[in-house]
Amino acid sequence: MNRNRPELSRRHFLLSAVGLQAPQDSLSGRGATGTLRDPGVVGRPRQPTAVRGDEAEIKALEQRLACSCGCTLDVFTCRTTDFTCTYSPELHREVLALRDEGRTAQQILDAFVEKYGEKALMAPKPEGLINLTGYLLPGGLIAAAAAGLILFITRRKAAVAAASAVAASASPVGAHASPEELERLRRALADLED
Amino acid sequence: MTLLGQFALWAAFVLGLWCVVLSFSSRWQGRPDLSATVVRSVFAITGCLLVASLSLWKGLISHDFNMEYVAAYTSRNLPNAYIFSAFWAGQKGSLLFWAVVLSLFASAAQLLTPRRFAYLMPYVAGVTAAVITFFVSVMIFAADPFERLVFTPADGRGLNPQLQNVGMVIHPPMLYLGYISLTIPFAFAMAALLSRRLDTGWIHAIRKWTLVSWLFLAIGITLGMWWAYVELGWGGYWAWDPVENASLLPWLTMTAFLHSVMIQEKRGMLKRWNFSLVIGTFLLSIFGTFITRSGVIASVHSFTQSNVGYFFLAFLVIVAVLSFTLLYTRWGLLEADVRLESVVSREAAFLFNNLLLVGIAFSVLWGTLFPILSELVRGTKITVGVPFFNRVNVPLGLLLLALTGVGPLIAWRKASTSNLKRQFIAPVACGLMTLAVLLAIGVRDFYATVALALAGFVAGTIVQEFYRGVRARRRMHGESIPLAFARLIGRNRRRYGGYIVHVAVLIYFVAFAGMAFKREQEATLKPGDSVEMSSPFGHTYSFTHMGISQYEALNRIVSAATVEVTKDGRSLGLMTSEKRQHVDSFKRPTFEPSTEVGIRSGLQEDVYIVFAGAVNGTEEAVYRFNINPLVWWVWAGGFVLALGGILTMWPGGGPTSSAPRRVQAGYEVTLVGAGKD
Repeated sequence: MNRNRPELSRRHFLLSAVGLQAPQDSLSGRGATGTLRDPGVVGRPRQPTAVRGDEAEIKALEQRLACSCGCTLDVFTCRTTDFTCTYSPELHREVLALRDEGRTAQQILDAFVEKYGEKALMAPKPEGLINLTGYLLPGGLIAAAAAGLILFITRRKAAVAAASAVAASASPVGAHASPEELERLRRALADLED
Repeated sequence: MTLLGQFALWAAFVLGLWCVVLSFSSRWQGRPDLSATVVRSVFAITGCLLVASLSLWKGLISHDFNMEYVAAYTSRNLPNAYIFSAFWAGQKGSLLFWAVVLSLFASAAQLLTPRRFAYLMPYVAGVTAAVITFFVSVMIFAADPFERLVFTPADGRGLNPQLQNVGMVIHPPMLYLGYISLTIPFAFAMAALLSRRLDTGWIHAIRKWTLVSWLFLAIGITLGMWWAYVELGWGGYWAWDPVENASLLPWLTMTAFLHSVMIQEKRGMLKRWNFSLVIGTFLLSIFGTFITRSGVIASVHSFTQSNVGYFFLAFLVIVAVLSFTLLYTRWGLLEADVRLESVVSREAAFLFNNLLLVGIAFSVLWGTLFPILSELVRGTKITVGVPFFNRVNVPLGLLLLALTGVGPLIAWRKASTSNLKRQFIAPVACGLMTLAVLLAIGVRDFYATVALALAGFVAGTIVQEFYRGVRARRRMHGESIPLAFARLIGRNRRRYGGYIVHVAVLIYFVAFAGMAFKREQEATLKPGDSVEMSSPFGHTYSFTHMGISQYEALNRIVSAATVEVTKDGRSLGLMTSEKRQHVDSFKRPTFEPSTEVGIRSGLQEDVYIVFAGAVNGTEEAVYRFNINPLVWWVWAGGFVLALGGILTMWPGGGPTSSAPRRVQAGYEVTLVGAGKD
């Protein structure tokens, strides 16, 4: 067995067979120690992430702010995912700057709304008629429909019960019919059959 | 090949118009002899669209870069599987894919529908041909997949890197199959309304089709979640993106229909509602296509903005007006056979289930459209993201989960107090025990706790149903437990397949609840540096950055960052996350660099590593590390759901001749003359 032959795993073999993966070639040469040979293919250059004591608060805050690049994600998720977005790192720096000014989370959110408009928030504030309608309408409609349904079924049940009772009371053969009445009824029916 | 493709499209268009006119005129003029011609027209349309599809595939495979579509979505060095899937990767190709699959489904409906429903088939052919003709007309007049360029580029642009994933080879076709097959139940509903044959015939005719649509949609949505998780790199699988929402909407209404149709079959109720659901579901599938293709709502998934969306908007409005008008004209013929007798009954539970499913669909639709409405009314642009959808939909989802457990426990017509006690005691105990365990181990997240406790309740319901069924079989037939279990499911596949789908639903909810506890951390590491993270299950992970290597692959230059991972001091091995710069065959960059995440999946939690970039061209790397609990269970839920769905639609399943139907409990029938021989 030739041990120098490069090993090909079963997974790589199957992927190669369907054309999803081709044999890999290393780039010739490397850069200086600790550097990349071709930095231009690793996306935009990054700055080291600063470790801050209030990191959890910053993260929570940025998760309430929308990135403006059109990704529909929040600032934290977008900037740490790197959709090659240039907006979210800038928004992150703004958050840090406002935080360093000593502003509270709410003040930072308000500052963003003031600067970029309400679309800067991941969800509209639950205040004002339109926004409250946005939050409450689906649940309200479902609750109203459920209540209406229960009322409808209950009333119909009561109506059906009442109709049954009326029908029972109007019955020609009552439970208290006397023997004479029953005999008269029998004769009348016999006349009809004749 | 482009000429052949274009000719085939025009032929399909003309045949489609012919089929529509003929199908309706043959019925209205009392010419049933034309029905066979109508059906043959459907087959001819299918043939034309297959020719058009093969022409496009031929162009893709032969790298005919003079074709605009081929140049836009492939390159010479694109792996073969993605050249194949490029067929549906772009706007124009996906329209052709939609049309050809719909024509195949329309032909299958004509061939496979039992002859007793022959009275519906010309109308079915007409409606399906009308929808196909619409799609073909969009291609002919607005999005021609066979458009030629005025020059021939040396190489194509290649496929978007995010679409170069196995998930994107299978996820879009699955979702499309779901969307497209919704046309068939819609066509049968229209056929029933047009022919005024409003008994349960059309419902029996579409039973398999509704299940197929529902199953394809479910598999497509789950595969889409998987693709988003492994490819997009943001650490989750569902972001309430408008395009994700658009796929969920018809699935929700179709789920409602699958429940409410049982009420019509068993009790002759909800006839109007069922027609409305089928029409609404079809309209939502067109609405989803409109959202994906119009660009009116921002989404990371959408196709290039084009005027194609307005074709769909017009089609949506026309279909809605025509179909609901038709339903209105038949309104009087759709009276229920019986009335609901009690709020505490299986029928009422199904009604509330329908109310919730449709309510959630409305809520998702409302959230998706709310930015537009807000801008129209207030003139203010807003973002409606994950926090909004979670706040509005999570409580509704939990109510739905509760009803999943309640529904099977309540008797038909009217449940007595003793019946309720007997049925609810074990499942409620399961739910309460789950809640107690969660509180005891310190789980405090409100929604996650409620979801897990309700999952316990639903699990109790399902186990009780299976337990009672198996016990009854053992008493009646003396079967062993495994045999009784297998026959219980085999003899009543619809009911017990449905329960297996309920198992999948509770697995989904448990998995979704798990994401409430996810952990994530950013770190910048030089080679040899480490960072530690604790997981929600109490494990400690250590991540050591080993370095970044760069190499060339078939159509990309890869920068792979390698991390050694340990869990509680025990090595889990090396994980890599990559940056990929895709290039054409001349080594020219084609797209912005994309990220490939490193994932190690486990039953408890996933380790999820994102290489966000390198610091100033050095091997110092910026990472995001995620510990995502219970994600594996989302995929497991998808598998169980597919299993339950397939079981439900599997042919056969009734009692065998050796096991004659028993007289319904409580009734005794004596045949006249019996015993005199």
